[in-house]
Amino acid sequence: MATLKNTINPADFDDVDYARYPDQFDPVEGRHPLILGNPSFQSVTNDVCGPAEKPMPFGWWVLFGTALMLLGLFGISIGYLVYNGTGVWGLNNPVGWGWAIVNFVFWVGIGHAGTLISAILFLFRQKWRTSINRFAEAMTIFAVMCALSFPTIHVGRIWLLQWVFPVPNQMGAWPNFRSPLLWDVFAVSIYGSVSILFWYVGLIPDLATMRDRAKTKLKQIGYGIFALGWRGSNRHWQHYEVAYLILAAISTPLVLSVHSIVSFDFAVSQLPGWHTTIFPPYFVAGAIFSGFAMVVTLMVLARKAFQLEHMMTLKHFDNMSKIILLTGSMVGYAYAMEFFIAWYSGNPYESFAFINRAFGPYAWAYWTMITCNVVSPQVFWFKKARTHIPTLFVVSIFVNIGMWFERFVITVTSLHRDFLPSNWFYYSPTRWDVASFLGSFGLFFTMMCLFVRYLPMIAIAEVKTVLPEANPHHHADAEHAPAAPSTAVAH
Amino acid sequence: MKDFGLLAEFTTTSGVYHACEKVRDAGYTVWDAHTPFPVHGLDQAMGLKRSHLPWVILVMGLTGSSLAMLLQWWVSVEAYPIIYAGKPYFSWQAFVPVTFEVGVLFAALGAVFGMLHFNRLPRHNHPLFQSKRFERASDDRFFISIEATDPKYHPEQTAELLRACGAVAVERVEA
Repeated sequence: MATLKNTINPADFDDVDYARYPDQFDPVEGRHPLILGNPSFQSVTNDVCGPAEKPMPFGWWVLFGTALMLLGLFGISIGYLVYNGTGVWGLNNPVGWGWAIVNFVFWVGIGHAGTLISAILFLFRQKWRTSINRFAEAMTIFAVMCALSFPTIHVGRIWLLQWVFPVPNQMGAWPNFRSPLLWDVFAVSIYGSVSILFWYVGLIPDLATMRDRAKTKLKQIGYGIFALGWRGSNRHWQHYEVAYLILAAISTPLVLSVHSIVSFDFAVSQLPGWHTTIFPPYFVAGAIFSGFAMVVTLMVLARKAFQLEHMMTLKHFDNMSKIILLTGSMVGYAYAMEFFIAWYSGNPYESFAFINRAFGPYAWAYWTMITCNVVSPQVFWFKKARTHIPTLFVVSIFVNIGMWFERFVITVTSLHRDFLPSNWFYYSPTRWDVASFLGSFGLFFTMMCLFVRYLPMIAIAEVKTVLPEANPHHHADAEHAPAAPSTAVAH
Repeated sequence: MKDFGLLAEFTTTSGVYHACEKVRDAGYTVWDAHTPFPVHGLDQAMGLKRSHLPWVILVMGLTGSSLAMLLQWWVSVEAYPIIYAGKPYFSWQAFVPVTFEVGVLFAALGAVFGMLHFNRLPRHNHPLFQSKRFERASDDRFFISIEATDPKYHPEQTAELLRACGAVAVERVEA
């Protein structure tokens, strides 16, 4: 068995050879450990709770201040919109759906990574997910909040918003349950609710940890209330684990259904460019793609700012970039297949919509989308790129931009030239469109900043379960431990 | 002052695991283990029966789906019948998405609140919180608590058993 390395230089965690093939092995399973730096249970607790207990670094204040200003801008742009009506946006006659819907689909897509990581990877027993699931779930919830705000303000008269729900009203009218827009109301709001429940259940044991470590009365009471009196009882863990497993099992079809239903908003209509059966899987792949990119963007910042390089390791980035490469290529395949079907169907309207998309007045947006979404992730075929932090950061930003443009291309290019050429019109946003989109980033980053300030951003209890000494068959004395595979040392 | 019971501290997962097997085999029933994370196999070591929670979740999920379908039927057929696109009033295929989503919502609520109900949580005032040592149950230490209401409980003999199991500390907790 290779000797355990006790003194570790933090710079090692960003060194590919060390991070991927550390010279130590899990003595029970004989595999490379997921958490680097030979941690103990207590060091995990300290490393994760530390950031939420200490003063925030300078960068946090910069981000938080900027986010608050953008949040103010969001409030102003919503107020102005409500006061004046949707005429303040750049919508025109053929293009009745503009940035608000683009932003909605953009945010709800980002909101898919969290549940994918916490539910689907949990069912597949991908233990590496434990370091990133809390963070990704938080991101999901905040992204869904941003997403929900756009259809809410897009209805125009938001004081009549209750009409989207099946509640009695003075007109005696009820919503139309055959409309995908109504399915969307249910799908996204239930997705948001279930994500919050899932996130909170995962937080309970960690809130108990924060409570037990709290030095002030206020923190004790604050964390204590939400920890619900959790005392780590194994009789509780038993029900808890069942609840968690089943939440994962029901969230998995939920997350796949939500973006399918979002795609129905388009696919169920009769419009060329929207009316396509490929939309549900294509939207789901795009959602996972953009969500993982956003997780990478935020993780690069968070692990550096809070010294969590040994928990959010290069192995995590390596795995996530493989998923980005896979889903990016699926999205690229969908783009190609849409074109193929437009030609193969022999439908002149369908063909026109797609040729217009790539070579018409919005060609700039289409090729931006192709460059960012299909071309840029191809660097992830190379391990050097998958484990090189600056590359990861840049590509993840590209993917975020590209996925916003994907929704813009789908929405606007299909609408701006309809069946009657005299109706054709070019759509451009106004400053209020831009303001509300930037403002939604304010909401997102304000929530993210508050999350890392007050809550453990890594699932402490779950990370402890992947440490070797969490296994009851782990014994400190070497005679019980199986030898590490000798071949693996000579990589 | 009446006793709540005994609290024994262990330093390793395997320590608490083997101790649980011994306490179980000694015939105790009103006792518990406390760990900072779910320890694999500890349910068997404690001799716990399977959780009934899945049945609660199943019933909740089916209830949610049924209610959603019923609501959509009632709205579309009884309360506000309008012909859309020449479809029948009860065009159930279009009602599947909402039926599924509401079923998931109810199942998730059933999972969370069912879990809390089975665990009798929230409960912020448990006697074990009096122990300073117990604060590490959410950090890096493992505990077994045997309550005084257990028929086999005896202040000295039970403490002796826990020490024999390898506990690094055994303390009495007041009720």
